[in-house]
Formats: sequence, C-alpha cells, structure tokens
Amino acid sequence: MTVALQQDGSGQRKAKRSNLSTARLRAAWLFLAPMMIALAVVAGWPLIRTIWLGFTDANLTDLSHSQFIGFENYLSYYDGEAYGVLVDPDWWNAVWNTLWFSVISVGLETLIGLFVALLLNAQFKGRGIVRAAVLIPWAIPTIVSAKMWSWMLHDQFGVINEILLGVGLISDPIAWTADPSTAMWAVIMVDVWKTTPFMALLTLAALQMLPGDIYEAAKVDGIHPVRVFFKVTLPLIRPAILVAVVFRSLDALRVFDLIYVLTSNSSTTMSMSVYARQQLVDFQEVGYGSAAATLLFVVIALLTTLTVMAGGLKLNEGEQS
Amino acid sequence: MGIRRTLLSSAVGFAGIAGVAGYAMAAELTISCGSVGQEQSICEQAVEEWSEATGNTVRLFSVPTSTTEQLALYQQILSSGGSDLDIIMIDVIWPGILGNHLLDLAPYSNGVEAEHFQPIVSNNTYQGKLVAMPWYTDAGLLFYRKDLLEKYGADAPKTWGDLTATAKMIQDGERAAGNSKMWGFVYQAKAYEGLTCDALEWIDSFGGGAVVNAQGDITINNEKAAQALTLAASWTGTIAPGGVLSYQEEDARGVFQSGNAVFMRNWPYAWSLGQADDSPVKDKIGVMALPKGGEEGKQTGTLGGWQLAVSKYSESPEIAADLVMYLTSKKEQKRRAIEGSYNPTIAALYTDADILEASPFMGQLKDTFTNAVARPSRATGSNYNKVSNAFYNAVHDVLSGESEASASLAKLERNLKRIKRRGW
Repeated sequence: MTVALQQDGSGQRKAKRSNLSTARLRAAWLFLAPMMIALAVVAGWPLIRTIWLGFTDANLTDLSHSQFIGFENYLSYYDGEAYGVLVDPDWWNAVWNTLWFSVISVGLETLIGLFVALLLNAQFKGRGIVRAAVLIPWAIPTIVSAKMWSWMLHDQFGVINEILLGVGLISDPIAWTADPSTAMWAVIMVDVWKTTPFMALLTLAALQMLPGDIYEAAKVDGIHPVRVFFKVTLPLIRPAILVAVVFRSLDALRVFDLIYVLTSNSSTTMSMSVYARQQLVDFQEVGYGSAAATLLFVVIALLTTLTVMAGGLKLNEGEQS
Repeated sequence: MGIRRTLLSSAVGFAGIAGVAGYAMAAELTISCGSVGQEQSICEQAVEEWSEATGNTVRLFSVPTSTTEQLALYQQILSSGGSDLDIIMIDVIWPGILGNHLLDLAPYSNGVEAEHFQPIVSNNTYQGKLVAMPWYTDAGLLFYRKDLLEKYGADAPKTWGDLTATAKMIQDGERAAGNSKMWGFVYQAKAYEGLTCDALEWIDSFGGGAVVNAQGDITINNEKAAQALTLAASWTGTIAPGGVLSYQEEDARGVFQSGNAVFMRNWPYAWSLGQADDSPVKDKIGVMALPKGGEEGKQTGTLGGWQLAVSKYSESPEIAADLVMYLTSKKEQKRRAIEGSYNPTIAALYTDADILEASPFMGQLKDTFTNAVARPSRATGSNYNKVSNAFYNAVHDVLSGESEASASLAKLERNLKRIKRRGW
C-alpha cells in the first residue's frame, strides 16, 4: 500500500488533483489513522513527556510540585563547580560501557550468526529440527535467561565453575559477574548466546533468497568455494546483514534487563539505561533521570544514523522494485 | 492525573467503609512482609491467625530479596498512587524517602508506640506523623563456628586483625585436611545497600565515623576509614571467596550454613535458621559483637530493622492499620523472637525468659543493639540513597582492587560534595 501511495504522491504534484485521487488519499489517511494515533499515544507522548520532564526538577516523592529549570539537569554551575548529566563521570562511564558492549556483542553475534546461517543453509538430515532448536535461546525471555545464567555463573554453586574446575582449566572458582575484569565479558557472552539465533535467522533468510544459477555457474567455472563466498554470497547478503546489525545495535544500545539482572547497579557494567533508571527510581530524580533518558535517545538516534550512512544502506530500497 | 484518580479512589474507599459501618464488610488486603530467610512464612502464620479472627482476607506480596530493589519497587507502586499494596514492610532508612506516601498511624495506635524503643519511633516519625510501627530491630553481628575455633585452639577475635589471622589459619588447616571449599570469612559485599551496612561497621569500628556526621558534614575522607577499607580489601580472594563481591545476606548465609565458612557477618535472623534441625551447623554456631578496629577501636554494628507502614492509597486503611497493630504487638513480637530470632522493638521483651532461652544472644548483646551505629539517613534526608550508592560503589572499587582506599575515599568525598551542593 505504501508503494502505491508514493507513486500517487509524486504523480499528484504534476497533474491536477482529481476527485478520485483526493478520495484515495483521504481513504489512505483514514486507514493510517488508527496506527498513527496508537503510535502517538504509546511512543510519541511518552517521548515528549520525557523530554519535557528533563527540563524540570520533578521528584518521585511528589510529582505534582515540579518546576521548569531549563538546562540545569544537563549542565549548571554553582560556586565554580559544574553539575549535571553532561559533566557526570558516571554518565560518561555508562556511555562508554554501552558502546563497548554494543560493538563487541553485535560484532560477535554477526560473525557467529553468519557462520550458523551458512551451516543451516547446507543440506543435511534433520535440518528442520536443528533450525527450530537454534531459536530456543532467542525464544526465552531475557529476564529468565539472565537469571538462569546468573545461577550458572555463580562462583560457589554455579555449573560453569564446576565444569571448568572439573576439567582442570581453572584452580579456583571465578566470580564471573562480580570480578570487574570478567563482569562485562560475562554479560557479553550471555547476550551473544541469546541473540546469535536472531542474527542467524535474518542471515539465513537472505541466503535462501540467493538465486541458485550463480552458484551453478561458479561451479562450472571451477571457482574455489571460499572465493565464491567472498565475491558472490557476501556482497549479495550484505544489505540484509546491515539491516540486522542496525536492529541489533538499537537493542544493544538500550540494553537494560540483562545487565541489571547479572550485575545490578555495579558501575563496571552500568549501561546508559541502567544509569537513567537508577536516577529515576532509586534516586527519585525524575527530572535528572529524564534528562539522561533524553540523552540516551539522542545518542541512539545519532549512532543509528551514522551506521546507516556508513553502511550505504537505503532503508527504502525495496520500494523501487 | 494519577494523583487525582487515587484521591478519588481513596475517597470512594473511605466512603465505602463509613457506609457499611467499619468492619461489617470483609476487606481484602495485600501485605509485603519480607522475603529474606523465613520472613515470609513467619509473617504468613500471623496473618492467617488475624484473618481468621477478623474475617478479612490477606494476600502476601512477594518482593525481591535485595533491599535496594525492594525500595525501587515500592517507589514505583506508591508514586503512581497505586492501591495494589496496603501494608508495606519498610527499612529503618526509608521513612524519609517514602514518608509522603504513608498513612499516619497515630490515630490507630492507642499510644502503644510508647512501649517501643524511642529512637526507632522518632526515626519513624516523618513531618510529625507516625508513618510506620517498629516491627523488629537489627544490628550486624559476627557468627562463628564454635567447633572450629575450639579445634584449632583459637580465641574469639577481639579485633579485625585477629579475625583475619584466625580465619586464615583455620581456612588453611581445613583445606589441608581435605575440605577444599572452606573459607575464612563471608559477608555482604555486592554493590547494594548491604555493603553500606558492612562497610560502615568496618569504618566505625576503626573510629572513622559514619560517612556524614549528624550536622551533615562529610567526614568520610579520613585516615582511619582508609585503614579499615585497606584491611577489608585484603580479604577478597584470600580469606573470603572472590564472589563475595556479589554476595547479599542469603549468599553469605548459604556458604556459612553449608559449613563452608569459619566467620560470617550477618543479621540476627541467621541464628534461628542456622539452629534449625536441617542445618548442618546446628549447635556449632556462636554469635558475638563485631570485632574492634584496633586496640583503640570499638565494637559496633550497623543499625538495621524493619517497620510496618500503611499506604496512603490503601482502600481499607483502618483495617490495614489494625493488622499492623496486631503484627507489631507484644505477643506477636515475642513469637517472632522465639521462632525467627527477630529482635523485638519493645524494651520489656529483652528480659522475657522464653525469648532469652531461644536466642540467648539477645540478652548478651543488648548493648550492641541499643548502641548500633545508624546510617546517615537522618542527616542526608531524601538524598540518603544517593549518598549510600556513592559510598557502596566507592567501597566496592576498593574491595575489588580497582582502586586504593585513600584515592577512592578522596573521590567519594568529591562525589558527596556534588550530591550535597548547597545542602542535603
């Protein structure tokens, strides 16, 4: 429907608007209206409210007595000392943690996902069952799998330490989520475990769209399969992978539940969302926390735009066909 | 909008009760009364007794075991004006944070609060209103394995230095004897409110103060505090498992009660569980006040304890207040002291023969309970949570070896100044 609408739209500017097209336009808006209202209510309004609250001194103790204070939550000066989210070292630590987590986890998920997708694309017996089984980590709610892993990673009675001790890889149990040198890696590992199936699935879908005749031609010409992969397969599935990477990055930048369950408010792994929640709920600073949440939104918007531009990805590509 | 709605609904609630003349109609209440150890089951027994007597039904609301998370949950429910919870168990440091959402209980108490410890009652008074009834009080204690100390001919430790040495000796001895899981000392060192309690005890026992003094001055950046934290940092991975950095009360109790630790810092509730019939360390546990910082240090323990409060948004506030009065009564506090080793908040119960028989330490350590060091929640008011968070993160950095004690405390002082700005 969107395709038809677009073509109509460009035609209208040239020709005079006919009764028919006006009617069609009206119908289109009518059909779109419920969705747009729903979006405005569940996404637009909370977003605007959050941005607004970021400019007030709202406090959870008594929300009715908040005042407009301009940019004070972001940056302000008292007695020559700067205050606000923008100069809070904890905030920048959270930004850094989030970026680090996103780059590493999405990178690993993309690579492993691609590998799994190539395996699943091959012909073998029981492929259907394996394809379904691979999705299990993705199907488990994050909060459940995070709790599950936090037990498995427990230093005293966790199964992972038990196994590693059993085979003699380590001599003392490791406190995976408590030790600052392993905490972030533990979080990344669980995220990779959980989200690789998603990447594999999207990549697999792209692989299955590839025309078989190219591969036959390559086979006839006797080209090495590795060369085929880099020269044919990869360029063809690149747009699909990029879309998957953008989706995953959006998710990864907002990461909250996994980190909160595994390491709670610890500053070693605190992400931007954990920071914002801590301010909003634990510290009751609705205004300050909203400012942080607004910055989180800005950071994600910026990074997504950059990723899309850097990847040369056209999000409306499908509409030309 | 939310507030108007809740005002309306509580108005309807009041009208409803008045209309049917008080107790004529049975109400349905929801209570949260803890989830650490056997809190919930002990509470359930009392609640059932009360519901049978009054004909009201009561639903138990399960909460997370971490106090920090409990507070977050209550804040979300209360600030939206939700009537999902009628009775809430609140920590000794919360009246200043949640006070605005809680009902004044004075009209329902018939003056019975005069029998309770007065410092707790004044702690529970927010802007002249009695927002919570004292339920039980707490102080950090040192639990130790009598049998192991005897076996190795060690005395109960007088200072933290003694504890470190004794723990090391017994741990090494037991490991050499084949118990590879044995640790010297377990405590709460996860970055959450519990670490604030533990670290405050270490620092206070060295004479390093209570982070912020009664006048509101930031006192934490001092030599004695650094000394205390440096000693505590030396425990991580030596006499305490590395994972202690993510332990809460129940994790520590898990290790100690399975017989895998010589010493444990915990609250009194761990006593009755450790003495239960299914406990591997039954009759092998001793309880004492926490050691001194050094020769010139002092014995101390962080004041804890829990109160029962009624939400302002409750639909049946009178009935809820009645249940609170029942649960905090002398009779019920006595039962809880015997069955769950929860310290009563009523002074008269400390000479009760039945209680002293079940939990002898309550009489012996009465001084510890009455002289416990309070967290700076009064001085810092609604900023307490931020102060505590900055404090436990700074301590956690030291314990995990991320930074030196003196550097971390200097940074903490700067952070606290930022939080304080022109006043708490």
